[in-house]
Amino acid sequence: MTAALTKSTAHSIVEASPRAKMVAGGLVILYAVITILPLVWIVATAFKSQSDAIAYPPKVIFEPTLEGFVNLFTVRTRQTPDFIAKLPPPETWYDKLVRQRDMVIAGPSKVVPRFVNSLIIGFGSTFLAVFLGTLAAYAFSRFRIPLANDLLFFILSTRMMPPVAVAIPIYLMYRQLNLTDTRLGMILLYTAVNVSLAVWLLKGFIDEIPREYEEAALVDGYTRLQALRKVVLPQAVTGIAATAIFCLIFSWNEYAFAVLLTSGEAQTMPPFIPFIIGEGGQDWPAVAAATTLFVVPIVLFTVLLRKHLLRGITFGAVRK
Amino acid sequence: MAQIRVENLRKSFDQFAAVQGSNFTIDDGAFFAMLGPSGCGKTTTLRMIAGLELPTEGKILLDSEDVTFQRASARDIAFVFQLFALYPHMNVAENIGFPLKCQGMARRDIHQRVQETAKLLRIEHLLSSKTSKLSGGDRQRVALGRAMVRRPKAFLMDEPLGALDSEFRHLMCSELRDLHDRIGATTVYVTHDQLEAMSMADRIAVMNQGRVEQIGLPQEIYDRPASMFVADFIGSPPMNFLRFEAGLRSGDRTISFHDTSIAVPEIREDRASAGMALGVRPEHIRFADAAPVRGEVFGAEYLGTTQIVTVDTAHGRIAARLPSSTPVRIGERVGLEFRSERLALFDVASGLAIRTATAGSADHG
Repeated sequence: MTAALTKSTAHSIVEASPRAKMVAGGLVILYAVITILPLVWIVATAFKSQSDAIAYPPKVIFEPTLEGFVNLFTVRTRQTPDFIAKLPPPETWYDKLVRQRDMVIAGPSKVVPRFVNSLIIGFGSTFLAVFLGTLAAYAFSRFRIPLANDLLFFILSTRMMPPVAVAIPIYLMYRQLNLTDTRLGMILLYTAVNVSLAVWLLKGFIDEIPREYEEAALVDGYTRLQALRKVVLPQAVTGIAATAIFCLIFSWNEYAFAVLLTSGEAQTMPPFIPFIIGEGGQDWPAVAAATTLFVVPIVLFTVLLRKHLLRGITFGAVRK
Repeated sequence: MAQIRVENLRKSFDQFAAVQGSNFTIDDGAFFAMLGPSGCGKTTTLRMIAGLELPTEGKILLDSEDVTFQRASARDIAFVFQLFALYPHMNVAENIGFPLKCQGMARRDIHQRVQETAKLLRIEHLLSSKTSKLSGGDRQRVALGRAMVRRPKAFLMDEPLGALDSEFRHLMCSELRDLHDRIGATTVYVTHDQLEAMSMADRIAVMNQGRVEQIGLPQEIYDRPASMFVADFIGSPPMNFLRFEAGLRSGDRTISFHDTSIAVPEIREDRASAGMALGVRPEHIRFADAAPVRGEVFGAEYLGTTQIVTVDTAHGRIAARLPSSTPVRIGERVGLEFRSERLALFDVASGLAIRTATAGSADHG
C-alpha cells in the first residue's frame, strides 16, 4: 500500500510516467498511421490491376502487376483479337501484357517529358530562390540598408494574398511576354513566390551566425564574397537545406498556376496526373503509378537533407 | 611592425556620433590600450583602424601610408575578437592556418608556420582538436595564433579576455604581455577593464563619449588624471571629489576650502572664483583627530591587507583606503587628513584638471 502510494505520488518534472509515455507513444503511432495510410494505399493501387483497384470490398491482398505503370508510360489502341492474333509475337514483356487486354502499344505517353518539366522547374526555381534569398538575406542581416524593415515587409507582403488572386494579371502579363507554357516562365514564377520565404527564413539563420566570423576572414585576406562563400555559407548550410526543402515542396506540388499557365510544352506533373484518368476509362492504377513516381524525388531530397531539416526547424529557437 | 596614426577620426551612425575627432599616434612596437566605458567609441575606433568600418571623416595612417579607405585585407593587420570567432567547421590547425590559406600559401609552408606558431603559444598538442572542445583560455590562444601566424604589421584586440573567467583572465594577461615582449608587434588593445589596461599597456588612451580624454603612461593616467572623468573611471574605489567654491592664483600652495585652508601642490594657473573640486585618492587619506575635514564612519569593507572605510562628511561620502590594522568603529567621528602632494584640482564646469606642480602636464586628447 505504502509502496504503491509512493510510486503513484513520486513525480519527476523531467521524466514522464510510464503511462504518459504509453499514451504519447500510442498517439504518435496513430498519427503516423493516419498520415502514411493514404500514401500506402496509393503505392498499393499502383501495383493493382484495374479490376482489383475498383473492387468492393477493397482488396488488401492482391496479385501485383505492372499494368498501371505500363499504361502510364504508353499510349495504346484497342484492336480485335483477330488482328492481334495476326501480329508477329510480342517482343517485350509489356507488349505481351497489353495484348492480353486486346490492345497494342501505339507509342510512348507524355509522362516522361512532363516529369522532366517538373524536375527542371522544381529544382531550377528552388535553386534560384535559395541563391537569391541567401544573397538578399545576407545583405539584410549585415549591412545598414535604408528602409530595411519596410523592404522586408514588402517582400513578405507578396505572400499575403492567395496566389489565385494574382492569377489573372499574371496570365495576362505572361501572354504579353510570351512566357505562357514555357519552363522559364514557370521557373521565374515559382522563384518569385519562393524568394520571399527564402529571404525571411535565411535572414533568421544568418542573423544567428556571429559577424565576427566573416570579419575575421575579411581581416585575414578574403573579399566580402569569398568570406560569404567560405565562412558564412558552411555555417548556414542547415538553414539553406531547410529553406530549399520548403521551396521545393511548394514548386513541386503547385497546381493552380500550373493548370492556368501550362498546357503542353511546359506542363508539370500536378496538372498532368488528372489527365491520365481520361485516357481509356478510369485508369486508377496508372494514376496511382504516376503519383507514386511523383513523390519519389521529394522524398529522396528530404531524406538526403533530413538531418539538416530537423536541426533547421529548431535552429534559433533556443539561445545557446 | 608599424606605427599607427589616427588623425581627426570621426564616425557617425545616423544621428549618433560614435567617435568625435580622435587624434593619436601609436608607436611602432607599443602596447597601446584604449580604455573606457561601453559605448565610448573605443571599439568603433579599433574597427576603423582594422577597416571593418569606414570613418565619416579623418585619416588613418599605417607607417605613414594612408589606409583610411583601404579594404581590411589590404592593411596587413590582425584582429582578435572578444568571441574568438574560431571557425566551427575547422579544427585548430586549420583555424590557425586560415589566414595563410587566404593568401594562397603552399600547403607545406602553411603546415610549418602553423607548427611554429603553435609552439610559441604552447598549443601544439591541440592542433588536431575541434575548436568546440577547447577551454576558454585555449580558444583564446588559438585566436591569437590565427592572428600571429601571418606576422602582421599590427594586432588589434577587441576585449580579447572579456569572455574568460577571472582566473583565466589574469593568466592570459601576463601571457599576452609576455607574447608581446617576445614578438614586439604593435598592439592596440581595447578594454573596459582598467586593471587589464594598467597591467599590460605601455600607453593608455582613456575614452569617453567618442572623445579621447587622456593619453599617457598608466602611472600618469592614475596619478595625474586630466579630467574628472578619468579620475573617476580609473582607480577602485575611484577618486573622491570634494566640491568648493574659490578663486585660484598661480604660485599658491594652499586653497581656501570652505572655512579652512588645505595644502595642495603649487598651483600653476590663475582662476576666477568658480565651482572647483578637490580630488583625493582613497589611499591618500588617513585618520587624524586634528584634521579640519571631519565626518562619521559609515561603513568598512575588509580587503585583507587594506580596508575601504567610507566616511559621511559635510562634503559628501568619502572613501579612504586604510591599513587593515587601523581600528574603525561604525558611527565614530573622525578627522580626515590628505597627503597634500598627491591632491588634484578640477574645474567642475569643464571637468578638466587645473595645472599644478604635479598635474596638468599630461597631454590632452
